[in-house]
Amino acid sequence: MTLAIEGWFTVGPDGTHLLGTRCGSCGTVAFPPRGGPCPAPDCPGQSMEQTRLSRRGRVWSYTVARYPPPAPFVAAEPYTPVTLAAVELAREGIVVLGQVKDLAPEELEVGMEVELTCGPLADGPLVWMWGRVS
Amino acid sequence: MLGTGMHPWGKWGRPFAEYGVAAAREALRDAGVAWRDVGFAVGAATIRNGYPGFVAGATYARALGWSGARIASCYAACASGAQAIDIARTRILAGLCDVALVVGADATPKGFFTPVGGDRPDDPDWLRFRLLGATNPAYFGLYARRRMASYGSTPEDFAAVKVKNALAGSLNPLARYRRTVTAEEVLASPMVADPLRLMDICATSDGGAALVLASSAYARRHGVTDAVRLAAVSTVTPVFPSTVLELPEFATDSCAAVPPPERSFRQSLAHAAYEEAGLGPREVSFAEVYDLSTALELDWVEDIGLCPPGEADKLLRAGDTALGGRVPVNPSGGLASFGEAIPAQAIAQVCELTRQLRGWAGARQVAGARVGLAVNQGLFGHGSAVIATR
Ligand SMILES: [Zn+2]
Repeated sequence: MTLAIEGWFTVGPDGTHLLGTRCGSCGTVAFPPRGGPCPAPDCPGQSMEQTRLSRRGRVWSYTVARYPPPAPFVAAEPYTPVTLAAVELAREGIVVLGQVKDLAPEELEVGMEVELTCGPLADGPLVWMWGRVS
Repeated sequence: MLGTGMHPWGKWGRPFAEYGVAAAREALRDAGVAWRDVGFAVGAATIRNGYPGFVAGATYARALGWSGARIASCYAACASGAQAIDIARTRILAGLCDVALVVGADATPKGFFTPVGGDRPDDPDWLRFRLLGATNPAYFGLYARRRMASYGSTPEDFAAVKVKNALAGSLNPLARYRRTVTAEEVLASPMVADPLRLMDICATSDGGAALVLASSAYARRHGVTDAVRLAAVSTVTPVFPSTVLELPEFATDSCAAVPPPERSFRQSLAHAAYEEAGLGPREVSFAEVYDLSTALELDWVEDIGLCPPGEADKLLRAGDTALGGRVPVNPSGGLASFGEAIPAQAIAQVCELTRQLRGWAGARQVAGARVGLAVNQGLFGHGSAVIATR
């Protein structure tokens, strides 16, 4: 099982989790994970620790790519339209973009709840995806 | 603003420098300024045209003939042209030069903008394509869908923006697309990034634009007493936490620990310009806004304060933002009629402000134009707002 990117998410028996960073000083969360000082300009925090983000959130918006995205994306042949959703995680106060898995565009709605899962890119490695609530 | 020059937008397939030099020569001619008298030349850079694109200021200075002028090159995504203007203006205001030339031009490939080549897993602009296939239109589609859910905008509203801008563009000899379109055509064009169709999304173009800027004293010495003035150039950056998903990011900032700022990034760009000019939205005669998509024009109309959030569709339907309306938006035809030539676009917006304020815009002239506002936004926290007055 190869992940398309290391350190951004984990896949385990308890499901797929996005990995962000949390400032030890003010609690600000960031995704993708980032090193260095806290992104909040007035926070003195210098160290960010790894944190798992909420697995459920609400759809902020979504779109469907009707044409194959260009390289370095590897599109399936024949192309099946890629659906993207931007999902709002209430606890973390952030919106995270991801591909949508096993949900037709007609089933999507702004505000609906979705859950994190994962799925393969056309050339194999796994990436996080937003899917149906289990 | 002593002079403007533009190479027509299109897909001409020639080196970008040709467009920039043509625009620069026209701007110098329009200003009645000899290249020899230019103390400072700024080139807005292009990242898809090799080394000459990165050192655009030098490329144009060399093409015009090395004159000893000081030069600068800058890249700030879609705001590159506005930053070039800002650098030139700042040097003039500091008293370090009397006359400056600002040039931007681009030659673009066909299709989607793609990241610069090579495997770069530490570059978010590369990764968003690799991991998500998230093209620029995909982000525009997300904003458009969000607008529909938040404010009840419809695909018909988006189509009406295109119809309006195509009509204005049909009156602009510099525009790439000069054909009027109907709402039916827009709504029948292929779906690209749901809910946006091909005709909702701006193309990528070749083009070049240039401006000659001078100090008031220089203008007076040369008998120019009623020049269009740059009243403000805002190039502020976002304030943490930015709660809008911006290109090419994977996520917004977190607003869990620190509350979001009073104004969104786009709002803050215009606000800073208004503050600097000592003007407000009520004084604006017309605006050039960055309509990367039709839906985005509606967002901008609200962000620059022409109406409260959610009411841009109403303004559009009432004809307020059309040529002849209360406050025309994109009287040039906008990106819908031009397509985007990144480093040239913000300069072209200011060329349009200047032409309108001079009363030289011909069939698309905004009657009695006194104050013009141009705004744009690009990747990685870049954006600009420029106010010109007469
Ligand atoms: Zn912090």
